[in-house]
Order: sequence, then structure tokens, then C-alpha cells
Amino acid sequence: MNTELLGIIATYLLTVVIAIPLGRYLAKVFAGEKVWTDFLKPLESGIYKLSGINPKEEMDWKQHLKALMMINLVWLVYGFFVLIFQDKLPWNPDGNPGMSPDLSFNTIISFVVNCNLQHYSGETGVSYLSQHYVLMFLQFVSCATGIAAAVVLFKAFRDKTATKLGNFWEFFVKSITRLLLPMSLIIAIILAFNGTPASYEGKDQFISLQGDTVHVSRGPAAQFIAIKHLGTNGGGWFGANSAHPFENPNYVTNTVELVAQVIIPIAMVIAFGIFIRRRKLAWTIFGVMTIGMLLLLVPTISSELGGNPALAKMGIGQSTGAMEGKEVRFGPAISAYWSTVTTIISTGSVNSMHDSTMPLTGLWQLLAMMINSFYGGCGVGLLNYFIYLIIAVFISGLMVGRTPEFLGHKVEAREIKIAAVITLLSPFLILAGTAIASYTFNNYGDATWSVQPKNWLNNPGFHGFSEMLYEVTSSNANNGSGFEGLGDNNVFWNVLTGIILMFGRFLPIIGPIAIAGLLGAKKFIPESAGTLKTDTKTFALMTFAVILVLNALSYFPALALGPIAEYFTIIK
Amino acid sequence: MKKYIIQSIRLTAILIVLLCVVYPISVAFVAKFSKGNGGGEKITRNGKTVGYALLGQSFNKPEYFWGRPSANGYNAAGSGGSNKGPSNPDYLKEVQSRIDTLLEYNPSIKKSQIPADMVTASGSGLDPNISEQGAAIQVARVASVRKISIEKVKELVAMNTQKPLMGLFGPSSVDVLKLNLALDKL
Repeated sequence: MNTELLGIIATYLLTVVIAIPLGRYLAKVFAGEKVWTDFLKPLESGIYKLSGINPKEEMDWKQHLKALMMINLVWLVYGFFVLIFQDKLPWNPDGNPGMSPDLSFNTIISFVVNCNLQHYSGETGVSYLSQHYVLMFLQFVSCATGIAAAVVLFKAFRDKTATKLGNFWEFFVKSITRLLLPMSLIIAIILAFNGTPASYEGKDQFISLQGDTVHVSRGPAAQFIAIKHLGTNGGGWFGANSAHPFENPNYVTNTVELVAQVIIPIAMVIAFGIFIRRRKLAWTIFGVMTIGMLLLLVPTISSELGGNPALAKMGIGQSTGAMEGKEVRFGPAISAYWSTVTTIISTGSVNSMHDSTMPLTGLWQLLAMMINSFYGGCGVGLLNYFIYLIIAVFISGLMVGRTPEFLGHKVEAREIKIAAVITLLSPFLILAGTAIASYTFNNYGDATWSVQPKNWLNNPGFHGFSEMLYEVTSSNANNGSGFEGLGDNNVFWNVLTGIILMFGRFLPIIGPIAIAGLLGAKKFIPESAGTLKTDTKTFALMTFAVILVLNALSYFPALALGPIAEYFTIIK
Repeated sequence: MKKYIIQSIRLTAILIVLLCVVYPISVAFVAKFSKGNGGGEKITRNGKTVGYALLGQSFNKPEYFWGRPSANGYNAAGSGGSNKGPSNPDYLKEVQSRIDTLLEYNPSIKKSQIPADMVTASGSGLDPNISEQGAAIQVARVASVRKISIEKVKELVAMNTQKPLMGLFGPSSVDVLKLNLALDKL
């Protein structure tokens, strides 16, 4: 078997081998059981004390959401002003300018919501202060927010009836001290020893072999790149993200970065099963997610390895597969794997440029972000999947003529309404957003924004439409990757995607927590012969069908206009 | 509600100290012990820095092995790819002209021998590598311009070829900068 495919298999196996014990560990951490990292307790007590927090204070689901929204608001305000005034603040060795208000609005929301859509370029758009004190800070805390929110859901189903769901601050702080910080340390050091810059030196300059003067952007990047992946954030230190030789020096670091971004999403599923004492349910969920991933991954690999048919027609060799926007040290196979992983998980970091991938690869990338729950982002992937579960429970209940139940709690009109709203939200934001963008492109081409709408698209025709669809989809999924040819740093895209980002993040957190809170508080109904079992293969298949049908119905027309149409023009 | 605001602000302040001061400085300290001391490994010749080990450079003179086309002219202060879609007609013209240039400078090769990586731009614009096939098609040119034997050039290419990780995982690649440095050293 060829070495490129072996690399993919090894990377995935390594991921699972790390994620399973990590899941067990996380379940114990959040249940407050004894774990080997308990030596960090004094650090946590110190943090609670200085913040005036009592971690023993129990919260109901509404209080959890209040705390979550409040601290997110604090970050929004803090970061917004730092980014605008970064040129006047210290620690800006490359002399980069302050951000415009609309760019700052977009950037800060994008990092608060764990998306990391970047309408600036790392080398020229931000100071070291902004990179660390705003962006990297948010990479830690936005991920911890997602994990803490998922733990609230865990709590709701652990006991038969629960209204007190633990303390939000405790979940949040522990996510950082017991998981994100120690693992980031390890990853950052591995990266640094493979050549990623980690010191605070600014730009350098040298004269190349052929006599060109070359300026080199550097900076403390390894620290940033570690949490960028571990926290499924995806925002790069450098403009080219993980395609940049400093950000991702070799095949080893590529593997580390690939593993890092998937372990927490998988571990959270495992932790869920252990925490609520229903391991079989967790394995069914894991199974559906894995099959979903494979169904997206296999065609992606085959379309990239096949190369670009338009180049094949010119008569050159296609033995290396499609290489536009890719790096030779990774090759097309693992780049295809990365593109699947980064879109099913909401990371959005790239080691190859998605805009230049084959049309069908673009299709699978888009679909992965639309579904957004085959593993999914840190914590939030499971929350998204939970909504699909509730819909599946409801539909199955209707089919067999019983009151739908989930884990011993009746699912009634109120919960279904919330689930329906959340399900409809994504297609609404994606399709309406793309429609507004297309309309503006066609009718207001000369609007005097910093990039005129007529110059937005880097590619003509169907691919140009895909660029806009991708940008909006990525924002809604809080993914952050892009078809980067799109001229997106102007007031239109900054504001449009900023708004979509906010809705696409907070409603899909609020919805599932509300449902879980409402369900958890209901009377527990013991299992009987008439109970719909949610941990069977049949139900797994049902959930999978629900995911497929909902997404196909919502998005097929848009996908047909973009990548599918382009595919047929290129093979003819 | 007010309680949550105050807790949020205080918690944010403390976490900034932990995550933005303690964490990155610890990593920077450990990185001092790596090659390049955490500032990126440099390559020096006769006491002068001529490049970074990881970053590709622009090569277009016939006596050097060429790297891949770059969307940003190997600008290490502004990385990025072309973001051209696979069906873009302007892009396809550009690829055609790269093929023509390669055929012009390497008259001994056939079109079907040209690998895709030699006529497509990398993701970062700084790709330090080319494929083994990408090096193979340039051997005859470099040997004749430098008036050295083809065997000698092939030997240098082999010495600067990175095999798959542990011989098992990933592609093999040729390091263009190191190869050209080795050529200059002859």
C-alpha cells in the first residue's frame, strides 16, 4: 500500500488511541473523581479565590447560560478595543496598523465564537500583543466555553431528575487547567523542536542564494498553533495557516496538528457515555459520526489523488495528484484528510488552500460544515448532534405511535420547538446570507467598499459562487476556513459574517442546553418494553437518515449551483 | 446578574496572566534549547545568513534547481497561495505557460514527464520542496550548465531527498535550497 494512504490510517488510529483514554479522564475530571492531575487543585482554588467564585455553588440551566453569555460579552468588548488600538499599544515589533472598526468587529466575534475566520493576514494585520493577549487567549477560553456547555448537558442526564447542574465556572476553569493548558504546553514544545518559531523576536531579513532581499515574519507562533488545533479554533499565526513551513514544518508536525484537533471532540463523546453511565449510547454516537466522516473522506481522497482533469488534458503527468495550493512535504492524500477533518470538526485550519481543491472536494467540504456534527467542534459538536438526536427521537416516536422519550424523559412540544428552530437556523443563515451576497455582487458591483463587489471573486463562474457559499457556510458552522480567493475584508463581508457567526454560535449552544435543562428536570420514566431505545443500531441508522435528509433537503440546490455544476464543466 | 459580570471580569484578568504570560514565556524558554533557539533555524554560508532551513527561496537561474511556482514570489513576510479554482481559464493559461517555460529550459524532457507540482503554486508560496520527479526533469539542464556529470548531480539529488517518515508514512520530497547549496559547494 502506498505510503501516503498509510500515513492517513496511522494518523487516525493514533487519534483514537489517544482520544479514548482522554475521554475516560475527562469524565472523571468533570464528575469530581480522583485523577492524577489533582495536584493542580491549589492553582484552581487560587483562580476561584481571586475571581470571587464559589465553585460549589450549584446553577440551574438558566444560570449557566447567563454566566456563559456574560463572560463572552466581556471578551467581546475587551478584544474589540485592543484590536482597534493595537498600533498605539505596546509590543508591535513589525509596526502593523490598527484594525478598522468593521474588521475588528468581525475578528473579535470570530475568535470569541471559536470560529477564527480571518479577514486579516497574520503577518501584516495584527501585533504580537493582539496575537497573544486577544486571539490566543480567546482560542483557549472559547474552546473551554464549548466544553463547559457540553458538561452542563452531561449533568442534565446523569441523575434521574436534575435541576442543579453544577457550577459553570468550575467546568470552564477545569477545561483549561486540566486539559487545554497542559496539552498545549506539550504540543507547543513539540512544534518548537521541529522548527516552529517560539521566541519573541520580530521580523528578520536575509539575502537569498540568487541575491534577493527576503523579509521573514516570525514571532512566538508555536504557543498559538498548539491551542489553535487542540481547541478546534483554526486561526493561523501566519496568513497561509498550516501550509506555512514555520506553522507546520514537516510530516511529524502535520500528524501532531491533525491528531490534536480531533482528540477532544472524540473524547467528549466517550466522556458523555461514561458520565451518564450509558457507554453503549456513546459508542453508537461515535459509530454514526465515524461512518459519516468516512463517507466524506473517501471520495475526497479519491478526487484529490486523481488530479485536475483540466491539467491532465494539457498532457502533463498526474502521478502526484492535484497540487495547486498544496505543499510537497504533505502531498495530496494527507491534505485531503486534513480538509475533511478540518471541516467536520469546526477547526478550519488548512494545510492546503481549499479554494484550489477539486470541485467535488469542495462539495464534501461544504457538506461537512453544513452537517457540522461528525465529531464537530470542542463540546459544541456533541451539542449539535444532540439536536439531531432529539429530532430523530421525535420522528421515531411518531412512526411507532408512542410519546417520544430520551433517556427516561418525555420529549414534548416545547423541546421539539426549540430543536426545530435550531435545525432551521443553519439553512436560513447559510442560504439567506449567500443570497444577499449574490444579489449585492450582481446589482451593486460598484459600491465603494474597500473591495468593490465586482472584484470580490477570484474565480469566475460556478466556482465564484462557491466562494461566497463557502464563506457563509464556514461562518455559520463557526469553522473559519475559507475559499480564500474571496475579497472579504470590507464592510459588507465583515458585518454579514460577523452577524452570522454570532447567531451560528450562541443559538446552537442555548438551544441544546435549554432542551437538556428542561428534559433533565422532568420526572424520570423507568425503561419498559415500550421504550424507544436510543443506543441500538436501528436508532443509529435512524439518526443518520435524519442528518442526511435534513441536510440534503436544505442544501442540495445551493450545492448544485456551486461545486456540482463546476464538476460537470471540468470533466466534459 | 451583577455578580456574574464582576466574576467574569476578574476571571478574565487572571486567565490572561496564566494563558498569555506564564504559558507562552515557558514555551519560549524551553524553545531556546531547540535548533535556531526558537527563532527559526538559519542557514549561513561564509558567515552570512543565506536563508532559513524551512523556507523555500525563489530560483529561476538555469544553474540552480527550480522550486515550485509561488503565488507571492517567495515572500516570507506575506505567505499565501494563488486561490485559483481548478476550472479558472486564466489559471489554466498560466499553467500552460509554465509548462512551455519548463520545456524551453529543459529540451530533453517530454511533456508527460512534468509532474503537477512543478507547474502549480504551493499553498504557502514558500514550499521548500519539489517532488523527486520534479528534480529528475531538471538534472540534465543543471549538469550541462554547470558542466558536471549527470551522475554527480543525481547523487546530490539523492542526498537531499527526504524519504517518507520512517520509510512508511507520507510522500518523499527533495529539499531545493539544500540541494542548490550543495551544488554551489562543488
